[in-house]
Amino acid sequence: MATQEMCRVVGNREIGAGLFELTMEAPVLCMQAQPGQFVHITCGEGNLLRRPISICNVQDGQMIVVFQVKGDGTAWLSKRREGDVLDVLGTLGHGFRMEELGDHPIFIGGGIGVPPMLMTMRAAKENGAKPEAILGFRNQNAVILEDAFRRLGETHVCTDDGSYGVHGFVTDVLKLHVQEATAICACGPKPMLRAIAEIAEAQGIPCQVSMEERMGCGIGACLVCACELKLKDGQEGVRYGHVCKDGPVFDSKEVVW
Amino acid sequence: MDLRVNICGVELKNPITTASGTFGFGHEYGEFFDLSELGGVGVKGLTPTERLGNPAPRIAETPMGILNCVGLQNPGIDRFIEEQIPFLRQYDTKIIANVSGNTVEEYCGMIEKISDADVDLIEMNISCPNVKCGGMAFGTQPKMVEEVVSAAKKYAKKPLIVKLSPNVTDITEIARAAVASGADALSLINTLLGMRINVDTRRPILSNIMGGMSGPAVFPIAVRMVYQVRKAVDVPIIGMGGIRTGRDIAEMMLAGADAIAIGTAMFADPMAPVKALNELKEYMIQHGIEKVTDLTGAVEV
Repeated sequence: MATQEMCRVVGNREIGAGLFELTMEAPVLCMQAQPGQFVHITCGEGNLLRRPISICNVQDGQMIVVFQVKGDGTAWLSKRREGDVLDVLGTLGHGFRMEELGDHPIFIGGGIGVPPMLMTMRAAKENGAKPEAILGFRNQNAVILEDAFRRLGETHVCTDDGSYGVHGFVTDVLKLHVQEATAICACGPKPMLRAIAEIAEAQGIPCQVSMEERMGCGIGACLVCACELKLKDGQEGVRYGHVCKDGPVFDSKEVVW
Repeated sequence: MDLRVNICGVELKNPITTASGTFGFGHEYGEFFDLSELGGVGVKGLTPTERLGNPAPRIAETPMGILNCVGLQNPGIDRFIEEQIPFLRQYDTKIIANVSGNTVEEYCGMIEKISDADVDLIEMNISCPNVKCGGMAFGTQPKMVEEVVSAAKKYAKKPLIVKLSPNVTDITEIARAAVASGADALSLINTLLGMRINVDTRRPILSNIMGGMSGPAVFPIAVRMVYQVRKAVDVPIIGMGGIRTGRDIAEMMLAGADAIAIGTAMFADPMAPVKALNELKEYMIQHGIEKVTDLTGAVEV
């Protein structure tokens, strides 16, 4: 159920290069929030479209989102201060299917794909699983949320340039740990997701991926955020699902890579 | 206060409808407001069979506007009739079925089929800029408009609205051709053909290179075209293009619209139609207007 809530900003701070963690009072949205869902936030008067931002965590009626400044809209959002009010639609989309994760799921985030994995990993832990995280960043300045993940379970951090943690990609670390995994959940750039999906498939491990696409309404009416999917029952051809409503989380075997 | 408007014998409880292609079949926005608040629902454009649409990216942004190249993704007319009409009929609102075809024959077949279904008005889309065949190609030349509208009209058992493209030199010429060929009403404007380029990658943002522009940025163009068409023909006009507020509705009606449609504004605020309706009522009280129909064409030039 989608709701429009006017949310008071509680805090907004830069936690990495161009990366902001915004906390807002969102009692209604917090009650609805499922791991892997997103909210759609109005970002200033001049920008017609809202900005879709994944939910990083919810706690006591407060919602935390982490976003990267990419254009005018997110720049505006980065300047919101305590007491400002945001127009937020949520909670949107289908998140991760938690009941399919088993005892030892691995959560993988790449860059700005890291934040939604936090709430997801927390939910898995609360369900009694022993979760593990693999987080990939471009470089040391982009590393975010490491401590929060470490509190939930074993966490591996890697950077593309080796300036922090393991030098290499999340897939390098995944290959070392994949045997013990009961499921994989991932969010990040498409090439990363594709590589993870290949490893999961080769090992026969279920894999859910959170996809991204340019979005309009955010609720499934305008049909712009198309994601190419395979036809059901192995038939030839493709169909378009929509990231905002059918996703953002898809089974990796559904996606046309 | 009387908000009722009449489009070819079909009474809408208020002049507010939704623009085809922005509203799906009403399920999504129905979570935000009661669809019975609307005068009418313009549904996603239908084609004879299912259409997948274009690959992503299908949307680009521009100040106070968007460009889209969805490409008429829809489940096909049969599934609309079977699955969606029963859903929409739960609400006290009029159904405006929007249909497209690749050929004159396809338009005729669509209109014959939809005429026998439980819809109130038929909107014939001869102005979609995002499909290779048909669509806008039909709506930009008076001869083509005459051919497709006069053929389709023979199959229409419900009032036939023809949706016009703004991507023409003289919209009045197209409007006259449509009305002379049997259009019972006109709707305008469809989107304006536009393009955006990512200057970092030097590639177009939209998968289809070009796309249809909509949103508040196009509103003055829509007002101008409705004004011109109002003077050129004498059939009901549904005005659309960038409407957001109740005062925008008043402006569009003063220019000559009998009813209006809201589209892109809902992407910014899902409650836009309901808010606009309340603002329209406030405007009418403020100006002592008893009947909303008194606004139509009442611009003083």
